[in-house]
Amino acid sequence: MSVSFALLGLLESGPRHGYDLKRSYDEAFGRDRALHYGQVYSTMARLLKNGLVEVESEPGDGPDRKRYAITDAGITDVAEWISRPEQPEPYLQSTLYTKVVLALMTGRDATEVLDTQRAEHLRLMRALTKRKNDGDLADELICDHALFHLEADLRWLELTAARLDRLAAQVRP
Amino acid sequence: MADQPLLTADDVHLSFGETRALQGASLHVYGGEVLALMGPSGSGKSTLLHCLAGILTPESGSIRYGDRDMATMSDSDRSTLRRGEFGFVFQFGQLVPELTCQENVALPLRLAGAGRREAHRQAASWLDRLEVPDVAAKRPGQVSGGQGQRVAVARALVTRPKVIFADEPTGALDSLNGELVMKLFIAAAKETGAAVVLVTHEPRVAAYSDREAVVRDGRVREQEPAR
Repeated sequence: MSVSFALLGLLESGPRHGYDLKRSYDEAFGRDRALHYGQVYSTMARLLKNGLVEVESEPGDGPDRKRYAITDAGITDVAEWISRPEQPEPYLQSTLYTKVVLALMTGRDATEVLDTQRAEHLRLMRALTKRKNDGDLADELICDHALFHLEADLRWLELTAARLDRLAAQVRP
Repeated sequence: MADQPLLTADDVHLSFGETRALQGASLHVYGGEVLALMGPSGSGKSTLLHCLAGILTPESGSIRYGDRDMATMSDSDRSTLRRGEFGFVFQFGQLVPELTCQENVALPLRLAGAGRREAHRQAASWLDRLEVPDVAAKRPGQVSGGQGQRVAVARALVTRPKVIFADEPTGALDSLNGELVMKLFIAAAKETGAAVVLVTHEPRVAAYSDREAVVRDGRVREQEPAR
């Protein structure tokens, strides 16, 4: 979903060939996963069908003779997408919660479950911290986003560890 | 990382009145590593740090620095050890308000007998390293919290200690300044080869460590040394 809006938004600065569009996307957003050309062209085909882009053809053959330009309807769509808040994802019934409750119900060591998970979380946080400190501002922002989410999980793991006795009293038959 | 621990706590017990702060805490700190001590407040992590640093003496159990038992050392040997081999960074209130930042950083060197000129030269170079050369002539009350903590880090590192004890070093800072302090602190510690024992309740600060130990109810659950 966000790939098509990102491509559309990139066209706002001027018409581009599919190849340029892919390169711009990869530079700005594709740090972990570069786009495939196929994905660019299939997305453009869909946007074209919906009237959000139009094609300026140049003489010759092949897809790279096509320059894509955003339409007024496209600009409106991008504006609407940017201003719309994303649905927050509270993960209310997480896998972790299920594991902890099941461990308590079945007499397994729930502290061990939480500690193993916190070590795993912190391991990933270390890797992201290193990557962020070795990288540029874009790396920093992308890694920080992940780090704050992991930190929230880790705080939950800590709080749950501190409340295991109470939880055990509730869930044990 | 050396195989022999630099610092070892073995079955340490310590109470404050009715409160049993440490109840059999054991921990190893290896040369050059950054070890995060985490755990809920009241778990005993700061008490353990103070025991490791020779500031508090356990009721039972032992703290060894290399092959020396800290309990059997004289008070003056212990303070020589603290001045020469250990550095400290706390949450706040550790700089001398009457001295300039440069004088604060130079102070440990002066106490160790260095000449004024040499101590100030080294202090200036550490303020540079921590990216706060501009605060040299200012007093701690005239600089921001983040700058003050960087001065405190410079002061902890200036004697090139073997171990730096840091108790919530970013606790009084916002995220952005906290991150900057940690980044510069850990890079500088790695450069000098100092081990860091870092007490923190913030996971993002702990992420600057090489490994963590979780303190709960006065005991330690230690992760394997990172190799």
